[in-house]
Amino acid sequence: MSMNNQGRPTGIGTAGTGASGSALLPDEPLLFEIGDTEHSGVDLPEVKLATDRLGGFGRNTKLDLAGLTEPEAMRHYVRLSRLNHSIDSGMYPLGSCTMKHNPRLNEKMARLPGFADIHPLQPASTVQGALELMNQLSHWLMTLTNTAAVALSPKAGAHGELLGMMAIKAAQEAKNEAHRRIVLVPESAHGTNPATAAFLGYSVKPIPARDDGTVDVQAVKDALSPDVAAIMLTNPNTCGLFEPQVIEIAQAVHDAGAFFYCDGANFNAIMGVVRPGDLGIDAMHINLHKTFSTPHGGGGPGAGPVVLSEALAPFAPVPFVRKGEKGLELVEHIEGEALGRITAFHGQMGMYVRALTYMLSHGADGLAQAAEDAVLNANYVKARLEHVFSVPFPDYPTMHEALFDDSFLKGTDVSTLDFAKALIDEGFHPMTMYFPLVVHGAMLIEPTESESKQTLDRFCDVMAELATDAKSGNAERFIAAPMKAPRRRLDETRAARQPILKWERPEDLPQAAE
Amino acid sequence: MTTKFTPDHEYIRVEATTGTVGITNYAQEQLGDIVFVELPEVGKVLKKGDEAAVVESVKAASEIYAPVSGTITAVNDALNGEPGLVNADPEAGGWMFKIEISDVGELDKLLDADGYAELTL
Amino acid sequence: MRYLPHSAHERAEMLGIIGAADIEALFSAVPKTALKSFKLDLPDHSPEFVVEAHMRALANKNQAGGDGPFFVGAGAYRHHVPATVDHLIQRSEWLTAYTPYQPEISQGTLQMLFEFQTQVAKITGMDVANASLYDGSTGTAEAVLMARRLTRRSKIVLSGGLHPHYRDVVKSYLKDDADLVCLSPSPEGQGDILEHIDDTTAAIVVQTPDFYGHLRDLKSATEAAHAQGALLIVVVTEVVSLGLLEAPGALGADIVVAEGQSIGNALNFGGPYLGLMATRKEFIRQMPGRICGETVDADGNRGFVLTLSTREQHIRREKATSNICTNSGLCALAFSIHMGLLGEAGFVRLARLNHATAIRLADALEGVPGVTVLNETFFNEMTIRVPQPAAGLVERLAQRGILAGVPASRLLPEDPEVDNLLILAATELTTDADIAALCAALTEELA
Repeated sequence: MSMNNQGRPTGIGTAGTGASGSALLPDEPLLFEIGDTEHSGVDLPEVKLATDRLGGFGRNTKLDLAGLTEPEAMRHYVRLSRLNHSIDSGMYPLGSCTMKHNPRLNEKMARLPGFADIHPLQPASTVQGALELMNQLSHWLMTLTNTAAVALSPKAGAHGELLGMMAIKAAQEAKNEAHRRIVLVPESAHGTNPATAAFLGYSVKPIPARDDGTVDVQAVKDALSPDVAAIMLTNPNTCGLFEPQVIEIAQAVHDAGAFFYCDGANFNAIMGVVRPGDLGIDAMHINLHKTFSTPHGGGGPGAGPVVLSEALAPFAPVPFVRKGEKGLELVEHIEGEALGRITAFHGQMGMYVRALTYMLSHGADGLAQAAEDAVLNANYVKARLEHVFSVPFPDYPTMHEALFDDSFLKGTDVSTLDFAKALIDEGFHPMTMYFPLVVHGAMLIEPTESESKQTLDRFCDVMAELATDAKSGNAERFIAAPMKAPRRRLDETRAARQPILKWERPEDLPQAAE
Repeated sequence: MTTKFTPDHEYIRVEATTGTVGITNYAQEQLGDIVFVELPEVGKVLKKGDEAAVVESVKAASEIYAPVSGTITAVNDALNGEPGLVNADPEAGGWMFKIEISDVGELDKLLDADGYAELTL
Repeated sequence: MRYLPHSAHERAEMLGIIGAADIEALFSAVPKTALKSFKLDLPDHSPEFVVEAHMRALANKNQAGGDGPFFVGAGAYRHHVPATVDHLIQRSEWLTAYTPYQPEISQGTLQMLFEFQTQVAKITGMDVANASLYDGSTGTAEAVLMARRLTRRSKIVLSGGLHPHYRDVVKSYLKDDADLVCLSPSPEGQGDILEHIDDTTAAIVVQTPDFYGHLRDLKSATEAAHAQGALLIVVVTEVVSLGLLEAPGALGADIVVAEGQSIGNALNFGGPYLGLMATRKEFIRQMPGRICGETVDADGNRGFVLTLSTREQHIRREKATSNICTNSGLCALAFSIHMGLLGEAGFVRLARLNHATAIRLADALEGVPGVTVLNETFFNEMTIRVPQPAAGLVERLAQRGILAGVPASRLLPEDPEVDNLLILAATELTTDADIAALCAALTEELA
């Protein structure tokens, strides 16, 4: 079986880079260019079928789905996988994403049939172990944060934010305070914060950052009014700094009758060391895929449980686990103030298993040590590179991320983007760029606790060498980068102007005969 | 025919009581390659400063505000197929919409060519 | 601690280079009252075998699907996942990569997403699909919001056959919304949704096969909706059905949302799952979620990137189409590999096998005294009426080792009319022996 790719707007690599199509960095045709509609890698019996129970709704159109036999599929997906950078193959210092090591015990446990092969609507009596696991995970999360309740079901951090803000809205409606229509969001916040607030009909009032990268309690006080529902504050913040006035901010917000939503995206920097409940938060989502290392999987799935203060606990969504007469039970319906349901079933069980496995492996001492090592590593990178790059907020030690701006590139023809792309040729995944928005040409480096001193030293050496080269006027190396990756820079304008979002069968390539 | 400018880098070319609105050459340079333009509906009534259109580059989306109050009378449908016109020819082929101006007095508060040029120095 | 590379000596050396006296110095911004001011009531670190024993003990308290006859469905289905799928998704390069924001070193993930989008578009019969959402229920809520943006109308009508949890999620997303009409449950497959469409309607939401297993007439729904300028949102919770049933796109659907769990993904007690969303080409700029597109690199070679990202929260912030910031990447990979292994031939055979097994189940249930099968039409799931509350019956059957299905009352406790209804699914994994065991046990319990 062979298929050409004539009629395609573009073809797989033939020209240019030495990397393209070489033996160890394969170019790989599309699934639809390899397989056809007759091949299959799954053996299933052909059955005789009466169609009278289909009520005339049976399929008349062809699916045109290509199939691969098992060896073909194995090769296709293995070859494709080799075009990806991953944590396991090299340092991945993406600020705010927390690319730490993913222990494989977690994967093994998530695949136990007692967790993977149970249905969300089985009788509770047949899933007591699963409910106990949810209880234990809840206990760990509440203990680590010193909070009164936790809602496990959010599917991701942004989903958790949505739930937390829904709980705040419900609580205020219950107090006849629906007039509170404003949410305060610092300028440095992640984009999901204003998107979430707007989604719920709030108007967003930005709070400017201080020159030192933190939020000024006075600026919060000035913005507070009887119409403010909540503040959404990330702590540690997106600049990698712990908000030094967080307790005063919480106090001011509460004095004004508003709630404190804490974006817990960076909880990994303080787990086991600081309990957010002690800082006065009312709700905080925890990204299990960051802090507790469930794998990122090329962009999800994650999980975003939300811890809640006493004041918000009655507004948690269903379902939740509680102790009943016959053991643990799952509460799926309640009357009253709760905000209902935000996903079909009980949330990301597969992630609960991985996260609890991670917590038990580390223990209280190991989690604190991991947070401290993450902070140590970021400060080490900062210390090794602060003479090479400029640090926009030098007043405080950084937490788990080192943030630099692009002033070192002034007068060169190299942009932050070019600089980052050159890192690819040196075997590193680039840092987060142009975020947070409050820093010009930001470079946000999060080494995580998983990197050894040896790796950090090599990374810092490469960063310093690249900076020297950029400043010396050798712009070409940066503008052309990457040269050694499976692809050179991609034309994003073309992709957006003439979107090609799926494979179309070329006209000269008919479907298999009937 | 006069052309006026807003500090937000929109121009309005006025003939009688109709204005043709787009973004300036300076603005398109700042935005980079435009990949999509969301145009208003014909007949829509806007107050000065209302959001009238959105231009998107690969990495940014920017609102275009009505430079004056009025009613949308035409939009440049060519931009649907070829948003790059905003880059190639912003002040002619890359126009976005025409507006029937309800209060020509509002034009006086806009910048003239010299005033705008000073702003973008 | 096995996951932390530094020795005590290295930590001290690094602190020296930083110029910090101790680790606490790096936490100097933390208020003194909050820094390590507590003793956590949690155990310390444990060896791998100790953790494994703990987790196994929990897992062993659950009755797994493979432990006995299994007929539970209602939005999540137990299918066979080829060993190849789970092997491949555990490869480091898939498992431990992040969102493909650096396309030059993420072509594996990006090309897979492009293939995934193509597969989803093909099975739904739609022009375009996104790179996935959290799950079918949240996808339905997103589709409803998308329809409102597209039509600039606000009335939404949810069919009585929509999965009750999906209905509840839509209600949460549209809290206190007078323009949301939720029709009463329709266990007999009756539909009155067409009467509720008027010229203020943004969309109607129809599930097929519906919550009770009935197949719904999408063509009439399309015609009625479009006649009033409303959109048709089709929800599919059992994606395998698309191998045998006409594609919603071919029948005029405007947005299709599906739960993709059945292909490539285990039951996992409800998550992670995989939200599929597909729509018409002209609606694409209002579709939420990540989208991958084809382009070329600087050398003219084909490559893939995330595109149309100006719809998303990291750029539009409060003006984004949704606050969603992820997809269900690894579940999409599992789906795509499994669908790639099936191909058209395998996918159709799988669907036929499911339907054939369900017919055998329906026929056998008809023979149990006291049981009435409500469905005239179904794919692989059906509703029966029994002469006693279904919840207690299911509990007693579970004690006999049989997971007999989902009592409708579990999802609709406010509606006493469904108390005696039980929803059962059959898949390719259901054997004739399973069906016989179920019917024998039912006969005894109902006697």
